[in-house]
Amino acid sequence: MTNEALQDLIGSWFPNPEADKISKVEIVDISENDENPEENPITPEPVNSSLLEFTQEESQFLNISAPPEHLHALMSQLKSNDLTRFDYLFCLSGIDWGEELGVVYHLESTTHRHSIVVKVKTKGRETPNLDSVYDIWATAEFHEREVFDFFGIKFNNHPNLKRLFLTEDWDGYPLRKDYVDEINMVIK
Amino acid sequence: MEQKTTIDKSFKTEPYQINMGPQHPATHGVLRLVLTIDGEIIEKVEPDLGYIHRSIEKMCERDSYQQIVHLTDRMDYLSSNINNEAVCLAVENALELEIPDRVKVIRTIIGELTRIASHCLWWGVMGMDVGALTTYFYGFRDREMINDIFEETCGARLTMNYNVPGGLMFDIHPNFVKRVKEFITHFKTKIPEYNRLLTGNVIFQKRMKGVGILTKEDAISFGASGPVARGSGYSCDVRKYHPYSALDKVTFKEALKTEGDSLARYEVRIQELWESLSIVEQLIDNIPEGEYRVATKAVIKLPKGEFYQKVETARGEFGVYIISTGTKSPYRLKFRSPGFSNLSLLNHIAVGGKIGDLVATMATLDLVIPDIDR
Repeated sequence: MTNEALQDLIGSWFPNPEADKISKVEIVDISENDENPEENPITPEPVNSSLLEFTQEESQFLNISAPPEHLHALMSQLKSNDLTRFDYLFCLSGIDWGEELGVVYHLESTTHRHSIVVKVKTKGRETPNLDSVYDIWATAEFHEREVFDFFGIKFNNHPNLKRLFLTEDWDGYPLRKDYVDEINMVIK
Repeated sequence: MEQKTTIDKSFKTEPYQINMGPQHPATHGVLRLVLTIDGEIIEKVEPDLGYIHRSIEKMCERDSYQQIVHLTDRMDYLSSNINNEAVCLAVENALELEIPDRVKVIRTIIGELTRIASHCLWWGVMGMDVGALTTYFYGFRDREMINDIFEETCGARLTMNYNVPGGLMFDIHPNFVKRVKEFITHFKTKIPEYNRLLTGNVIFQKRMKGVGILTKEDAISFGASGPVARGSGYSCDVRKYHPYSALDKVTFKEALKTEGDSLARYEVRIQELWESLSIVEQLIDNIPEGEYRVATKAVIKLPKGEFYQKVETARGEFGVYIISTGTKSPYRLKFRSPGFSNLSLLNHIAVGGKIGDLVATMATLDLVIPDIDR
């Protein structure tokens, strides 16, 4: 599937209720200015028809930004739908974006051989939590533990969420940008 | 699990925990496995990692791209050249640098030689793990020849640092082509010897066949890659699906087996020795003339954006994920290491088996611990 087709298909799974209202308003607008449609100078702001945001800029993959509450539903749909079949999670990375933390999932389909990137951001960085996807891809169990270990993102429903590399009594999350360790870190 | 049911019911058995590692010889590094066992039957394998974690990803956030290349040697040290190549390719693609054909061909030759050297070492210690000490000396004897070639050209035997963003550190040694050809002739007579010595051995076959079975669905779900996944019939060779450097110019077969047991993973690697040898053979006489390096700026700044590059190391799919904000160091750099995902399935395939089989199963996963503890 091409990226455009993927975007249309995946976007249609999570329609934006807001977009529906606005498009109705638009229709009214157009009917009012029916005689001279070109004269209407105010073009309404393009409203995303989906709750997901798609972008292909600055990346070789199609990127989806998903709201955290829809993450699990989106992921299970991506894996189980016959047209997408993203059954291979080849990279799961945690990222510190400053204001919030995030996780990036790189997915590939072994039947269709197309790839996609799903990005999700937590709400704030005090108590970040996301839904676990270990029940969709078994490899996520280890990768999510790694992210928990280094970024402190808690994964709901994870079967064994504890530190993977560091000891249980380790203070802080080393891969966060604001982590300080005066003894072990060399600051150039 | 059959054994368990035959135990007399009047004896009560109780699972208990033992440690395997971190200094166990069969873990080939500092990997500690906490085993829950009932008699000799494994009920749970829980890896305890982090003994040699250096937080390379964090260090990369302060380093320049040229410096990052050197750190990748220290992850999967048996595929160091291929790891270097991954970072270089990611940086070159981001900068949209045109790399000379000579560099591409040399990189592929060195990469495949690295794979052969890695598989030789694996074959040696694999035999040793199941009790055949001779293989260790045979494997290391042939690996030594490749290391000598590397020493001459790259100046180092293990952590080569031969690739740099923009090309190679220096041109190949005048003896390179001659010595690689000598190695090819030598090694072609040695793979049949490997098979005579170990593959056909009855004791070895009995320890490997039907042990540690991994189905194709599980292999995909656990994110397995490399020979581990291909032993389960999952075609995943990055060299086939996302060819890089000169790999689109050569013909080779992807080694595939469908049994999914330890023997299948073993046979895939033996088959890969032949395939890598054939790739080197196709390229060694056709190294194009030209520059061995294109000039880059002393301080490399990648454009803003995200770059992902995957390559096939001796262990499987290695990925470099760079998030750049346009400065001289990456904002975040993630290494997707094949060993980490392959280790995550160890519990799945070892449960229900004997503790002695765990050693053989683990040997066929070909784990390199610094690759897991990045």
